[in-house]
Order: sequence, then C-alpha cells, then structure tokens
Amino acid sequence: MNDSFALNPFIRIARDNSVTIVVNKSEMGQGVYTSLPMLVAEELECELTSVRVEPAPVEPVYSHTIFGIQATGGSTSILSEWERMRRVGAEAREMLVIAAADTWKVARASCRAEKGAVVHESGRRLTYGELAEKASAVPPPGEVPLKEPGAFKIIGTPTRRLDAAGKVAGKATFGIDVTIPGMLTAVIARPPVFGAKMKSFNAEKARAVPGVREVVEIESGVAVVADTFWPANVGRRALEITWDEGPLASLSTAAMREQYAGLARTPGDVARREGDPEKAFSGAARLVEAEYEVPYLAHAPMEPLNCVVDLREEGCEIWTGTQLQGPDRDAAARVLGFAPEQVKIHTTLLGGGFGRRGNPHSDFVVEAVRVAKAVGKPVKVVWTREDDTKGGYYRPMLCDRMAAALDGGGTLVGWRHTIVGQSILKGTLFEQALAQGKIDQTSVEGAADTPYEIPHILVDLHTVDTGVPVLWWRSVGHSHTAFVMESFMDEVAHGAGLDPYRFRRGLLAAHPRHRGVLDLAAEKAVWGTPLPEGRARGLAVHKSFESFIAQVAEVSVDPAGKVRVHRVVCAVDCGQVVNPATIEAQMEGAVVMGLSAALYGAITFENGRVKQGNFNDYPLLAIGEMPLVEVHIVPSREPPGGIGEPGCAPIAAAVANGIYAATGKRVRRLPFRPEELKQV
Amino acid sequence: MISIKVNGKAYEVEVPPSTPLLWVIREHLGLTGTKYGCGISRCGACTVHADGEAIRSCVTPVSRAVGKEIVTIEGLSADGGHLVQQAWIAEDVVQCGYCHSGQIMSAAALLAKNPKPSDADIDRAMAGNLCRCGTYQRIRRAIHRAADIMAGGGER
Repeated sequence: MNDSFALNPFIRIARDNSVTIVVNKSEMGQGVYTSLPMLVAEELECELTSVRVEPAPVEPVYSHTIFGIQATGGSTSILSEWERMRRVGAEAREMLVIAAADTWKVARASCRAEKGAVVHESGRRLTYGELAEKASAVPPPGEVPLKEPGAFKIIGTPTRRLDAAGKVAGKATFGIDVTIPGMLTAVIARPPVFGAKMKSFNAEKARAVPGVREVVEIESGVAVVADTFWPANVGRRALEITWDEGPLASLSTAAMREQYAGLARTPGDVARREGDPEKAFSGAARLVEAEYEVPYLAHAPMEPLNCVVDLREEGCEIWTGTQLQGPDRDAAARVLGFAPEQVKIHTTLLGGGFGRRGNPHSDFVVEAVRVAKAVGKPVKVVWTREDDTKGGYYRPMLCDRMAAALDGGGTLVGWRHTIVGQSILKGTLFEQALAQGKIDQTSVEGAADTPYEIPHILVDLHTVDTGVPVLWWRSVGHSHTAFVMESFMDEVAHGAGLDPYRFRRGLLAAHPRHRGVLDLAAEKAVWGTPLPEGRARGLAVHKSFESFIAQVAEVSVDPAGKVRVHRVVCAVDCGQVVNPATIEAQMEGAVVMGLSAALYGAITFENGRVKQGNFNDYPLLAIGEMPLVEVHIVPSREPPGGIGEPGCAPIAAAVANGIYAATGKRVRRLPFRPEELKQV
Repeated sequence: MISIKVNGKAYEVEVPPSTPLLWVIREHLGLTGTKYGCGISRCGACTVHADGEAIRSCVTPVSRAVGKEIVTIEGLSADGGHLVQQAWIAEDVVQCGYCHSGQIMSAAALLAKNPKPSDADIDRAMAGNLCRCGTYQRIRRAIHRAADIMAGGGER
C-alpha cells in the first residue's frame, strides 16, 4: 500500500517517500512544473527526484495570490507563488519534524530535516514517507521562518525540467490526448466572417459520412460529431452551409490601415501628459516623426485548441489545457445552469498557450460544453489548424504616430505618441481591474510608462472597435510598444547624431536596472566593434512584467531583402532567480516567437475573411533560421519578475535597428517585407 | 479491414483507406504520442518512421502504410531510453513538449542515416519540424550530443 497523506492543500507525501506537489499554475512550456516544485522543495528539504506534480483542481485555495482567480498569465507564476510555495514547504517540513520529535520523545530543536528525512542529533533518522501519516495529524504550525536567500540550495541553481521524461517518450498527456469512455469527437463549422449567422446547412450529407453520429447547431456554428476526428472532419466539408455574413462581410486590412492612420493624426484619450509638449514642439530645433504599424497576430500554439466534456445530470467534468481554469469553470456553469462547484476542470498539459488558452470569454470551453449539451454524450471538440488560425482572438493590429523634439544641442526634449488599436480588456472580467478611465493599459503599456527621461511627453490613445476578437499574445501590449518605442528611439538617436546605445544610456540615468541590462548586453555583444562584412548590430531595451531585458541582434540582409539574424545577445534582470535554466530557455523561446512575428507574422482580412489558415501562409521560424541566442543574467535580490513574456517584446526592434545599421533602411511596419529591403 | 504493423505489432482497423495514418495511430490504436499540428505536412508534429524513413503521418493515407514497418515515438525505445531521447533530456530541450515526438523521430531518422550530421545537415533534415516554443538551439545541441555518443566520443 502506498497511501499518501496531505500535509496541506499543496503537499502530499506517500509511504514510498514520493512527494506530490499540487501545482495551481498551468504548464505550457514555461516551466512551472519545475520552478514551483523547486520553491516547495527548497523549504521542505526534499530532493526533486522524489517530486511528482499534480495539477490543482479549481478551488479558492489555489487561486492566484494577486488576481484572486485561478489563472496562469501575465508572467506572474513566480510572483504569485514565490512566497506561498516556500511557506507551504516550510510548514510541511515543520510538521514532519514535530512528528519525528514526538515519535522519538525528544526536543524539536534536536531534530533537523534534510533530503527527505528528519534526522536526530543522535543520528536516528525517519524518512518523510515513514513520518507522513503522523505528520498529517500535526496541527499546522502557523508562520515558520523562511530561509534567507544566502541559504538557498535549490533556488537559483540551474535545474533540468521535471516533466521532460514523459514528453520525450510521447507519454505526456495534452488535452487533445484525453479519451474518456463513450466519447465522441466533434469539429465545428464556424462562420467565415466574424459575427456571421448561419442561414442553412445540409445535415443529411454530413450524416451520410460513415462514422458521423450527430450534426447539431450551436451558438457558434454547426458541430459535426463522429466516432473519431477524421469522419467528423470529412463530414464538416459536406455541410454546404450558407451564411448571413453580417456587418463585417467587407472588413479589409487595407481599409483598416487607412482608418487607423487617419485616426493617428487626431488627438486621442490622454494616457500620459507631462510638462508642456506643445511648447516643446513649437520651440524644437529639430523634429523626428514617423508612423509605425503592427498587424494582427495569431498565437498558433502547436497543439490546436481542444476540450473534452463529460456532462451528466449532477455535474460536468472538463479536460482541457487552459490558462484560466477559474473563469472557464464559471462560464461552463453559467451555460449549464449549474453551481460552479458542479463543474470540475482537469487541467492537462498545454501544447503551448501564449495567451490563447487564457481567454476571458472562455470560447473553446463554452463551445465544447454546448456541444456536449446538444449531443447528450461525452464529447471532445478538436480545432483544426485552420480553425485555430482563422478563429480570432488575435493580438490587435495597431498604428502609432510618433514625434520627437530635439533642442539645439541634440537633447530630446519633447515626445508625442498617438496609438490606435482595439482594447483587449473591453467586455472582459479584467476590464475594471486593468483599465483606467478610457485607457486600456494593455494598449499603452510600455509606451505611456516609458522610463526615458523626457521633460515633455504626451501619449494618447484611440480605442477602435473593429469586431475582430482580440486577446493577449505573449508580452501583450509590449509586443507592440517595445517595437515602436525602441525603433523610434533609434531613429531619434540617429537624428541627434548619437550612438543608439549611448543615447539611450543618457536618458536612463535614473533607471539603474534598465541601464544594467543595457550595459551588460552591449558589453557581451562588444557593441561598437567591427563585424564581418554585411553584418550590423541593433539594440533594444525594454521592461515588462517587472523584468528588464536588453537585446543586441547581429543582422544581415541579403540582396533579395531576406533578413537573417545571426546572433542575439540577451541580458536579463528578472530580480531573484529561481531557475536559471528556465530563464535561458524562455529567453531563447521568446526571441524565436518574436522573430517569427517580425519576419512573417500577419493575420490579414479581405472580404471579411482571414486570409491565412495554416503554417504555409502563417509561417513560423524554422531551425535553419535560428540565431545563436546567448543569455546573460544579472544577479539580483529584487523581488522576482516575470520570465515567460519579457524576452519576446524587444527583439523585433533590436533586429529592425540592426537592419537600419546594415542597410540604412528603416522598418516601420511589421512583418519585415523583403520587397522593401532588397537592393535595387 | 486494413492490416498495418506499428511498433512491431499487427493491427487490423476498419477505416476508409484514405484515412490519414495519424488519426488511425492516435484514435484507433490509442498511441497518442504522435501529434496533430497542421494536417498538411507543414509542422512535423506527426512524424513517424515507415521502414526507417521519417514520414508525415497526417498526409499519409493508412493504405500506404500497409506492408511497412511503422514506428511511432512509443516504439522508438522501451522507456524513453533511445540515445536521441536521452540527449533531449541531457540538453533540457523541451518546453511545452508537443512537437517533440515529431522532432525526436526526425532526428532519430537523420542519425540512422547520417551518424555525424553537420549543422547544415541538421537544418535540412529538421526544416519541416516546427517548434513554437523555440527550442531549436537545444535541438541542434541534442542531435550533436547524440551523434557524439554514437561515435563513442562520450559526453561533450
């Protein structure tokens, strides 16, 4: 018998000495199934080899310590759990020590915990497995002092992922791998235009496909439900749906670009105003002006969206890879008329998330619940890649109009930045918390709060409503603002006739952590020294999610205008480091995601339809295009910052600035366009 | 009935012959280590071996697997012990992990043919295996590591 005993809601210990840690954050590649157990093990004094991870159910005790709901996002997992996971580890350790002292009838102070056992000064030893049952009955000890950082043995030590063995053996279970008894598989025909309504469809033709069991209409389209995926997919093609395409039938990227650019020339809602910007510009010796633009982006996690629902009279169980268990559960309960407690969410591994699996509208969960309700049988809804690419919830398209005023001495004295784009938060449960007045902070973060010391600043925002569903995409607003701010700052530096590194440095005197990463990246890249013919360096520095990142990209552009990134030197200050191995991996990965967007990423519309569908027309970086990424971490005892997203933000600007240095051509619109960069 | 051999075991499945091998493997044989990513052979998540060749099972009709030795990630080794899998762990390659069954199958097929691949060989052989998490730098290191160990050079 290998009974296990709960010492608190986060830790169970079994007779075989295995320690089960209940992790309340979703593992989507960012390493929380390693980093959170490291926090526990540091205080529990157990070895990581004895640790098993179990995803938390939705219960208040597992809520995010800052957001107050069960959620993984905003690069806050360590921030949320840094204190709590160490605390639960320390409390459990104390209970084990008390249990041992009581067993031996010795003083608590004569016992200590090490490597999964309690040891008495006499040399007697009891393993945690031997103590677990008794320890589980020890009253919680209350506040137990935590280690000083200097005493850390696990925290700060590069640690390999604890979830690798299952993943390399093909045994890890993602949502799409879940099978439950009696389960059918559904694919859904969704509208080709956002907001379109179904007029008619041919259920009979779809039902005629062998293996198709049901064809049902739901709010978001028509579900074809079959024994397995393939007949459902074949059946969907036979539906012959006609749509009432509605008001967005003529939506086009070309028209949106014109609309946004027009708005950018008019005053918007003020996000930040300091000094007297009008005066600064009227008295400027020199003006630098530019317009920037970034497109809609799809998250494109490798695992397409999916959700398994087992709906019974008394309750509902859901298996899915989600970043928002709490809101998803509540949304499912609302659809079903259940109390939230009647809905149980099983969080699987996520085959990538990047924000798409954290949708406050709970789209992929609600839809699957509706299918299960209509069919009356357990069902798995699978999105094809095309469904995923065309299905909305994109990083918004944005347009920026920038202006900088320099005085006679080349000093930056005035700054004007007008942003046009959709609000991510509007209409979500996060709207009140994260929007200030008319300003959605996710539209202006990284711009309105720029650290550059400029005496006169105006940042304003036009929030437009296009009807295209938008959502946070790795690094959220920073994915846009870091590109715009750091590219334009480069333009201003060149306008002032100054080196872009020294120019930035001069404007960051009161921001030592910005300066720290800037200097480190410049030093490691040996900024200012010659490179092989045709190559040049570009630099960007940006703070997001309480972490500071500077990147130097070494870039070349071939005669056809194809951009090649050879090397990226990345300096990161994320405060207290938990797992340096994770930080390196996340920097590498974030650079790749940012590069895919900069080189290729664009979701565009024509006649209301998304033009892209799959990796042939929404390409990702391939291995042959991978730059050498070097990561340098600033040692720090500051509170831990985020690490999943911040590395993604500055890379597009670093590369664009490198392109300028190599070719003299300034990229102001993403993705890079070879036709604009080729040598004529 | 279609008879196929997967991981050394004979199976009979009742599906239309045009059904992609991927879905037969995943849903009829219950071997879910092979992943669906794109359905058009553009991402490589579905890579398996057919008589030792890396193929994209998402665009391979099950009928074309008849008479071939199909090997999936589950059949590559008894318990994740293949050299490539071990190299993947040593280099701490995975992040979300979803694409890595396919990455490992492509890498194993490459090394079986070319025990000492250059960077350019790796770029070519692995070009069709996308990783959204961006683990490429480690994939490259892991392949070199596996090659070194195969060559008897031991750990790098």
